[in-house]
Amino acid sequence: MSVYAASATGKQISLPFSKALEISFRSLKIRFWRSLITIGGIFFGIAFLMSILTSSALNQALLEGGSAQVRALLEQKGADEEAQTQQIWLVTLSLLVCVVGITNAMLMSVTERYREIGTMKCLGALDKFIVELFLLESAFQGLVGSLGGVILGCLFMTASMMSSYGSEPLSVFPMVDIFQYGLYSLGAGLVLSVIGAIYPAYRAAKMDPADAMRTEV
Amino acid sequence: MTETQTAPAESAAEKQNIVRTRGVRKVYKMGKLELEALKGVDMEIQRGEYISIMGPSGSGKSTLFNMIGALDKPTEGKVYIDEVDVAQLDAYELAWLRCRKIGYIFQTFNLIPVMTALENVTLPMIFAGMSTDESIDKGVELLKTVGLGTRVQHKPLELSGGQQQRVAVARALANDPAIVLADEPTGNLDRKTGREIIELLRQLNEEKQVTIISATHDLKMLDVSDRILWVQDGRIAKNQRREELDLDLGQIGAGEE
Repeated sequence: MSVYAASATGKQISLPFSKALEISFRSLKIRFWRSLITIGGIFFGIAFLMSILTSSALNQALLEGGSAQVRALLEQKGADEEAQTQQIWLVTLSLLVCVVGITNAMLMSVTERYREIGTMKCLGALDKFIVELFLLESAFQGLVGSLGGVILGCLFMTASMMSSYGSEPLSVFPMVDIFQYGLYSLGAGLVLSVIGAIYPAYRAAKMDPADAMRTEV
Repeated sequence: MTETQTAPAESAAEKQNIVRTRGVRKVYKMGKLELEALKGVDMEIQRGEYISIMGPSGSGKSTLFNMIGALDKPTEGKVYIDEVDVAQLDAYELAWLRCRKIGYIFQTFNLIPVMTALENVTLPMIFAGMSTDESIDKGVELLKTVGLGTRVQHKPLELSGGQQQRVAVARALANDPAIVLADEPTGNLDRKTGREIIELLRQLNEEKQVTIISATHDLKMLDVSDRILWVQDGRIAKNQRREELDLDLGQIGAGEE
């Protein structure tokens, strides 16, 4: 009996990373509109965060290097001190919106596929392959969404400032600061999307297939 | 444990057991409530048999199905597939088993909705490490076998229930499994389509010597099964060969219809 048993069961091979990449891209492509909505959630969250950060950086730059006229305008709008605390409050708020929005978008997009995950396990997918698949999908969605959000947020706020203060925001444009903020926002979007997706994907991958397929969301 | 001593002798004496369970119990915890779905099931299934697991809904037959298919873990007891204790397998071996040794068919088809018929069928082959070209050739071939040669590029929603189930049958055969497990394969189909699926399974059983294990309460299944396990209240109530069944079939039919 033991001889037969030993020859009866093999070990499932781990598929190469390129295969996971291929499948996850195809999965995003065939689910184009659904993934676009998920990406949209990330996009607007990050756009909000980035616009707040840009406005904060531009205000700072104008106060330091702007013409007397613009400085007077800025001071007229509100004292520096007060504006500063307001900015911090706004940044915190937009970060919270990001965290909740993105995590929610990713949670939804994974949990609605529990059944699919269970089925894939029946067909012989390894747990880690499933997690890998969802990690790649979410990272890609996070990257595209955040990149778009950073660009939109920055452009929108710069344009809005220019409508108030003419071309001056451009002449004092704090390139380094804005670039740094852009990177922060991009990082935040990416990390949040991956975390939001990995947790439910990992849970589903660990389940017995029967349980995963039974789960109704 | 006396079982461990008697088990090898037992299996050697009989025809090859492909599935064997010993004292399988399954308890579901729902809050404070405990539901004992299986209350100690012992059974053997031999290679090449066509088995129907019959029983009313709630009898535990789907739970038993999940245990046999290594889709769920028993609370107590052992499940042997090809005389290997499933509980001893690591994640890689378990995935291998599900990928190559067992093909699954579900009542709700469980096709991946965004993939075409062909992509659904080739997925298990990709998991088994087959190259894309090879898997496409084999996938088309399998879809032809189940009578869907012209609908290879259709998505599940563009197919009828019977056609979807045919795709699922083709997918179950993707890696030439020794066992095909079907959970209520005709449950969501009308009479005629259901019969076609049953015929298809019977044909596969005869031609490819695949062991078919089907949980069902469709009496049409009785005609084609070699053996019927009646599950009731979490136990095997009766174990009948078809020959025995023929004797009192009229009686059952009269009772159920």
